[in-house]
Amino acid sequence: MKRILIGLAVLLASVLPAKADTALKIGLVAPFSGPFADYGKQMDAGIKAYLHQHGDSVAGRKIEVIIKDTTGPSPEIAKRLAQELVVRDQVDFLAGFGLTPEALAVADVATQAKKPMIVMNAASSVVTTKSPYIVRFSMALPQVVAPLAGWAAKNGIKKVFTLVSDYAPGIDSETAFKKALTEAGGEVVDQVRVPLRNPEFAPYIQRIKDSQPQAVFVFVPAGEQGIAFMKGFQERGLAAVGIKVIATGDITDDHVLDVMGEVAAGMITSFHYSAAHDSAENKAFLKAYDEANGGQGRANFMAVAAYDGIGAICQVAEKLHGQIDGDKAIEILRTMKFVSPRGPIAIDPDTRDIIQTVYIRRVEKIGDHYFNIEFDQFANIKDPGK
Amino acid sequence: MLGSCLGVLFDGVAYGSLLFLISVGLSVTMGLMNFVNLAHGAFAMLGGYLCVALMSRVGMPFLWTLPVVFLAVAVIGAALERTLYRRLYKANHLDQVLFSIGLTFMAVAAATYVWGPNQQPVRLPDFLRGQMHVGGVDLGVYRLFLVGLVILITLSLHLLMTKTRFGAHIRASVDNQAAAAGLGIHVDKVFVLTFALGTGLAGVGGAVGIDVLGLDPTFPIKYMVYFLLVVAIGGAGSIKGSVLAALVLGIFDVAGKYYVPEIGAFIIYGLMLVLLVFFPSGLYGKKA
Amino acid sequence: MMARPISAPAGQPAGKAVAAPSSLPERSLLPADRWSVREVAFWIIPPLCYFAFPGYLMLGSQILIAGLFALSLDLIMGYAGIVSLGHAAFFGTGAYTAGLLASHGWSEPLSGLLLGSAAAAVVSLPVSLLVVRGQDLGRLIVTLGIGMLFFEAANKAAMITVGVDGLSGMEVGRLFGLFAFDLVGRTAYLYSFSVLFLLFLACRRLVHSPFGLSLRGIKESGKRMASLGVPVQRRLTTIFIISAALAGAAGALLAQTTQFVGLDSLSFSRSAELLIMLVLGGTGRLYGALIGATLFLLAQDVLASLDPVYWQFWLGLMLVVVVLYARGGVLGGFELLALRLRRGR
Repeated sequence: MKRILIGLAVLLASVLPAKADTALKIGLVAPFSGPFADYGKQMDAGIKAYLHQHGDSVAGRKIEVIIKDTTGPSPEIAKRLAQELVVRDQVDFLAGFGLTPEALAVADVATQAKKPMIVMNAASSVVTTKSPYIVRFSMALPQVVAPLAGWAAKNGIKKVFTLVSDYAPGIDSETAFKKALTEAGGEVVDQVRVPLRNPEFAPYIQRIKDSQPQAVFVFVPAGEQGIAFMKGFQERGLAAVGIKVIATGDITDDHVLDVMGEVAAGMITSFHYSAAHDSAENKAFLKAYDEANGGQGRANFMAVAAYDGIGAICQVAEKLHGQIDGDKAIEILRTMKFVSPRGPIAIDPDTRDIIQTVYIRRVEKIGDHYFNIEFDQFANIKDPGK
Repeated sequence: MLGSCLGVLFDGVAYGSLLFLISVGLSVTMGLMNFVNLAHGAFAMLGGYLCVALMSRVGMPFLWTLPVVFLAVAVIGAALERTLYRRLYKANHLDQVLFSIGLTFMAVAAATYVWGPNQQPVRLPDFLRGQMHVGGVDLGVYRLFLVGLVILITLSLHLLMTKTRFGAHIRASVDNQAAAAGLGIHVDKVFVLTFALGTGLAGVGGAVGIDVLGLDPTFPIKYMVYFLLVVAIGGAGSIKGSVLAALVLGIFDVAGKYYVPEIGAFIIYGLMLVLLVFFPSGLYGKKA
Repeated sequence: MMARPISAPAGQPAGKAVAAPSSLPERSLLPADRWSVREVAFWIIPPLCYFAFPGYLMLGSQILIAGLFALSLDLIMGYAGIVSLGHAAFFGTGAYTAGLLASHGWSEPLSGLLLGSAAAAVVSLPVSLLVVRGQDLGRLIVTLGIGMLFFEAANKAAMITVGVDGLSGMEVGRLFGLFAFDLVGRTAYLYSFSVLFLLFLACRRLVHSPFGLSLRGIKESGKRMASLGVPVQRRLTTIFIISAALAGAAGALLAQTTQFVGLDSLSFSRSAELLIMLVLGGTGRLYGALIGATLFLLAQDVLASLDPVYWQFWLGLMLVVVVLYARGGVLGGFELLALRLRRGR
C-alpha cells in the first residue's frame, strides 16, 4: 500500500511541475499603486479585454500574466521585480512599463536574460535604444508632438507660447515642438518650464496673457496639473481673447476626460488613440473591454497599447509554435504590422519602435460625455527623435 | 508693467491667504500643545472631500457647505484629540512625527479607497467665476472671494484672541501652561477647543482651496511642506507670524515663478533657509 | 579605556555564586563591548540566507543596503537625538556620485563607493551648520526643506543627472577585478553584506566609545553636557558628517548593485520610509535599524503583492500602534518582555 502511494506521489510530482511549465508566462511590470496606479490597471484591463476576445491560450499553452507592482516612480524596484520574474518565475516575456525610468532600469535585465521586452507605455525616445530586446507598442513623444506643430503652422497658427513641466518628458516635448514648428515656418514666442508638482499656475498664465500668442502648447502630467492649468486658463479669460490651447493627447486622456469636463472643451490635441475612433476594430475592442472589466471606466491609450502588445505576443507564440526564443521572437516582432483599435500600426525594423497614424482631435461633448473627436490625421509617423 | 506687477502681487496675496487659512490651526496647535502634527493636511483634505460630497450628493450650494464643513471637521478633530492625540502630549517630537505620519498614511489610503485616486471635480457657483476689472487690473473673482474670506476669518480670530475670555485662556496656556493651570484655567478644555478650531479652519481651507490647489488623496503629503514652512517661518503659536509668513511665502513663490521661472521652485526653499538662519524660532516665535 | 570585566575573586570556590543584589535590573548599565551570543547568531543569518534563498538575493541585497541607510540615521537620531526628515539627500548624493562615475567610464566599484561616501560627507558640512544649531521643531523642518531642495536641484540639473528618467546603462566593473555583478545578484548580495558588516563594526565601536557616550548625554540634555565641558556643537557636527558618509555609502551601493540611479533616491518618501524602518526596529540600538529595515522591506514585498493600494493603510496603522503601545519598536518590545520575564522569576 505504502509503495503504491509513494509511486503515485512520485508520478504526480513529476507530472504537476511539467503542467505548470507549459504556461506561457508574461511578467507585467507597472505601477499598480500610488499616484500612477491607473497606468498598471489600464494595462491589465487591456490585456484582459484581449484574452476575453481571443481566448486565453495560444499554441497549446495557457497564457499566465504575472503582475508585479512597482508602486510608482521606483526604478530600482522595477529592476528587481524584472530580475525576479526572469530568474524565479522564468517568464517568457517582460511587458508593461508605465514610466520611462522603469523601462530604462529593466533594459539591462532584458539584454542579459535575452527576454523580449514589450513596452506598453513609457514614451521617451531613448527607451528603445537601451536594449536590442525592446519593442514598443505605445508611442514616442516626439512622434506625437511633431505633427501637431505641422498642423498648427498649416492652419495659420505661427506664434506659439510653450509651457511644459520641468522634467524629462516635458523638456523633450518642448524641444520636439520647437524644432517642428520652426521647420514649418512658425515661431515660439516664449517658453516656460513649470515645476513638476506646481500648485499655482496663475503667474505662468499671466505671462502667457502678456505675451499674446496665437496658441499655447502645453505639456503637463495628465490629471490634476492638466485640470489646474485649464481652469486657470479659462478663468483668466485667455480663451475669450482667442488663444487656443494645443497639446498632446495625454492631457485629455480618455480616462480622465469626463472629470475635466467643461474646462477641456475646445482643446485641440494630437495623439495616436481616441476612444471615439470610428473603426470596427475599435468597436470590438471597446466591447471586449467593457465585458472583461465591468465598471472600470473608459479605455484609454494605455489599455490599447497593452491590448496590442499582448496581441503581438500571441502572434509570436503562434509563429514559434509555443517555443519562445528571445532572438527569434525579436525577429518576428521587428517586422510586425496589423490593424489596431487605434488604426494601422507597424514596427520599424531599424529602431523596434512603433509607426502609427497621429490624429488631430478636438474635445467635444457628445450627449453627456466628452470625447476627443478626430478631424485630421498624419499617417505612418515614425519617431523623429531618432 | 505696473498692471502685471499688481496682478502678480494680488495672486501672491490670494495664494498666501489660502496657505494661512489652512496653516493657522497648525501654528496654534504646535505652539499651544507643542505637538508636531504632520497630519494637519489630512484635516484640510477631509474638509475638501466633505464639501464635494455635500455638493454632489445633497446638492448643497457651495457657500453653505463651508460652515457645515467647519463644524464637521472640528467635531472629528475634537474626537481624535480626546482619544489619540492627548496620549502623546508628553512624548518626544519624534514619536509625534511618526504618529502623525501614520495617521496621514491612513487618511490617504482611506481617501483612495472611498473616492478613488483621481482628482475631484468641483463646480463653483457662477457668481464666483471669471474676472473683475478693478482699477486697471484684472482680478479673479474667486481669488477676491478667497482674500475676503480670509480677512474676515483673521479679524474674527483676532477678536477671539484679544477680546474674549477664551482667547485670553488660549494665550495664557501658550505662554506658560503650568502657570495657566495653576490659575485655574482648564487647560484640557482649552486644548480640545483649540484643536477643534484649528482643524475646522483647515477643513474650510481645504474646501475653499479645491479650485486652486486641487483635491486628490495625496493632498496631505503634497502640501505638508508648505504648511510646515508657514509655521516654521512664522513661529509656532503666533497668528500674526502665520499671516506674515504665509503672505511672504505666497508672494515670493508667485512672483518668483512669474519673473524668474527657471528657478521658480527653489525660491520657496531658499527663502525658508535664509529666514530660518536669521530667525531660528520663526518671525514671531517664542525663544527656547 | 573600557573597564575590563572583573574575573571572580580568587578565594571563591568555583560553583558558589555570589549573592546578587535583588532589586537592580540585570541589564548592564555600563557599555559592554563584548560580542554576545545573540549578536554572533544575528550575523550568521545573512550568509545562511545566501545559501538558503538563491532566488531572493536581489531583495536581500536591497534589505542590506536599507539596513546600512537606517544605521546611518540611527547614529544621529537614536544616539544624538537629531530627527531628520531629509536624510535621503545624502543617500542620493552618494548614489548619483557613484552612478555618474560609472556612467563616465570610472567603473571600479570600491573607489566609486568611497568617493560616493566622501561626496555625501562633504555636502553634509554646510547642512550640518543649519541643522546642528537649531531647535527641535525648526531643525525638523530645515531637514525637510533641505531634502526637497536636493530633489529639486537634481531635477533641475537634468543635464548631469538625466532628471526623472534616471541614470541607466552604466558599466560597473568587476569587484576586485574578479567578481562581475550578475543577474541573479550573487555578487551584489555579498558586496552589500561585506560593506554593511564592516561599517557596522565601525559604528559599534563608535557608539561604545567615550565619544558615543557623550552623544547619548547630549541627546538627554545638551545644556548639561555643555556645562561638563563637552564641545556639544562639534560633537553633533562630527556625528552628522559620519552619518551622512554612511548614508552616501548606502546610496553608492544601491547605484552599483542595481546599475541605476533615479530621482526617487532623493525623494521625501525615501526619507519618510527610512524613519519608519528605524522606529519600527527601535532607535538607539544599532540592531534596531537592521531589524526594522528587514521587517519593513519584507512586509512591503509580501503585502504589496497581495494588496498594493492598502499597504499604505496598514503601514499607517502599524505606525500609530507602534507609537502608542510599542514605543521602542521591535527591540524595545523584546527588551520589555525580557525584563518582565526576568522579574517574574
